[in-house]
Amino acid sequence: MIKESVVQIHRMKDMPSSHLLGTGTPMCAGCGGLEALHNMYDILGEKTVFVNAAGCLTLLSVYPFTPFRGGWLYTAMASAPAGAQGVRDALDIRLQKKKLSEEDNMEVVVVTGDGSAYGMGLSATSGAMDRNLDFIYLCYDNEGYGNTGQQYSAATPHAAVTSTSRGSHGYPGFKKDLFSIWAAHDPVYVATIIGAEPLDLAKKIEKLKTMRGPRMLISLAPCPTGWDYDPKLSVEIGRLAVQTGVWPLKEYINGEVIHTKIPKKDKSGKRIPVEEYLKLQGRFKHLFHPQRDDKGIAEIQASIDAYWDKVTA
Amino acid sequence: MTRRLLTGNSAAAWGARLAQVDYVPAFPITPQTEIIEDLSLWIDRGEMDARMVTLESEHSMITAAGSAASSGVRVFTATSSQGLLYGMEMVYTVAGWRAPFVMINVSRGLSSPITLESDHNDIMAARDSGFLQIHCATCQEITDSVLMSYRLAEHKEIRLPAIVNQDGFYLSFTREPVSLPDADRAAAFVGEFDPENLQFKSGAPLSQAMAVLGGGPYSYFRYQAHLAVERALSVYDEIADEFADTFGRRYDMIDSYMMDDAEYVLVMMGSFATKARDAVDSLRQAGWKVGLARIRLFRPLPQQKIRQLLSGRRAVAVIDQNISMGMGGILHSEIAMALYGINDAPGLLASYIGGLGGRDIRQQEFFEMISELKQASDTGDRLQPRLLYTKNELTEIRNLQAIAQAEHVEIKQAERKKK
Repeated sequence: MIKESVVQIHRMKDMPSSHLLGTGTPMCAGCGGLEALHNMYDILGEKTVFVNAAGCLTLLSVYPFTPFRGGWLYTAMASAPAGAQGVRDALDIRLQKKKLSEEDNMEVVVVTGDGSAYGMGLSATSGAMDRNLDFIYLCYDNEGYGNTGQQYSAATPHAAVTSTSRGSHGYPGFKKDLFSIWAAHDPVYVATIIGAEPLDLAKKIEKLKTMRGPRMLISLAPCPTGWDYDPKLSVEIGRLAVQTGVWPLKEYINGEVIHTKIPKKDKSGKRIPVEEYLKLQGRFKHLFHPQRDDKGIAEIQASIDAYWDKVTA
Repeated sequence: MTRRLLTGNSAAAWGARLAQVDYVPAFPITPQTEIIEDLSLWIDRGEMDARMVTLESEHSMITAAGSAASSGVRVFTATSSQGLLYGMEMVYTVAGWRAPFVMINVSRGLSSPITLESDHNDIMAARDSGFLQIHCATCQEITDSVLMSYRLAEHKEIRLPAIVNQDGFYLSFTREPVSLPDADRAAAFVGEFDPENLQFKSGAPLSQAMAVLGGGPYSYFRYQAHLAVERALSVYDEIADEFADTFGRRYDMIDSYMMDDAEYVLVMMGSFATKARDAVDSLRQAGWKVGLARIRLFRPLPQQKIRQLLSGRRAVAVIDQNISMGMGGILHSEIAMALYGINDAPGLLASYIGGLGGRDIRQQEFFEMISELKQASDTGDRLQPRLLYTKNELTEIRNLQAIAQAEHVEIKQAERKKK
């Protein structure tokens, strides 16, 4: 379908130097979702229709302004993948009936937050994968219902304080493993990404561009307002999420999960401890103040270690 | 033209086929399912050049219908009852997108209690959405209304989705003779869908369904949609004329029967109007000046036509197959609104609610309504709204309640013995 000559991306130097997404959006300073989208858009190119569900990024296109050079369609919170189905099918029908030329064809990209992806929109997403819809799905996961003031969602990690888990221990639940749920549908591609690792992100987008079918992406989206930290720390927190092993960068292809960036260990065989990631964020402040919650921190560390033990085993 | 015996569902499917739709997002629900079964069979056999996809819910189905129509293809879909309500967020949403497509609703009563049989509360829930609404009384009318609805929906000054409503069971599963228009003539009548700017393609940046900030822009777009729905009033007549010229069947916004000299008028929607027609015939034979006005175009509501048709009548009975809890019949209130303040409004505008969940409205009940109208007109009494229910029906439900109660008592006794 859409073929463009893209430079093979091996190093940062190979990354596109021009940026497609318009500036001056109403997103918060340091928005990790916007960072991922903007990196992804550069590689995808402007022949894209974004189909959006209710979330922070809905405010990217507020009449009469848009930062996109292609298409945009806002649907509702639960049904962006179904919106993508209609657009994709219509484009295919128009191609087939010679009402649209091959070169005017577009890639359909769903963009939703975790509130939609992990919860309300999961049924529509499952249906789209089930039907082997040819589309890309980007979930920007800021681990809570961010647009309404960061209430906990199914993506909220254990112990995070949100506006609906304000107690001394934060959110008692655990983050849903959406990657595995998606992968269980056996779509052509599933990957995790993060804006703070643009090279890893770019390589994945470049790869999925050559594929057809459901191509599913979850980007951890550090969120200064929801996670309570200084916006200038977004990139650092994103990198720490990867380096501490909190956010494994991986892909699912042909029934296999491959980790694309394994966190480095020091000489004593230890990754950067998770508390380096946690202590920068106000939502985990209760783990350190007024006194340090060694048990709580150790539990979180243990869950990360358990994950990576399985990976290296 | 071929004449066949078709169910309402098949008639709906034929409408879509003759309109040469490109795309059918679908989801099964009784009593609508036969429509998508017919369409899928034709598509599989290559008799129809369309693509059908079964979504995982009506919410998704209506989303896909709207997004495909907004991407430049002709779309048909169908639902019923709970399905319509499950998709209701998107019913309002896609109307706001100004996405032109046609959806059949096969009316069925709403939960709870859950039932499969017909009434109009489902379609009334879509009343304020921006969808145009046409209500059918025969299978022939369903095929024809689908064709006419594409013209309305895709009209450049309207650009809105349309619902063609038929009653579950009474039409959906009832075979009636239907004259199917020749494919070529039907295609020529409907014409090709010209999406103009409603499409996504590269090099033509387009944002649809964007957010707005503030009541000013919001109100503007909402008013625009409202005015577009109203625009359908004048466009409707043009299309109905052309349809009549082409196919020899005329469909007015309001189907009038024996109205010329009628003193007493029944006003209603849907297939039960065919029962009312029989009642009108009987009453006419008995010397009563009775007429029937069946509202076919419900959105936009032809208020001017309603005034023309009902002014000067002695008394009018509005029969609603819906119930707005705490208010009463929805059509009744709309007719009252249309008639308010005119000089020669009918002296009496009575409200009857009946036909809920497939309950029949018997001939005797129509006779009773007319005789009540006459009596009240003679005495100048005001008629209270009536919920149609017979003594027999009350006896039946009491019997069922007795069984439920007996079961309840038996269970209680068994529990006591265990202890």
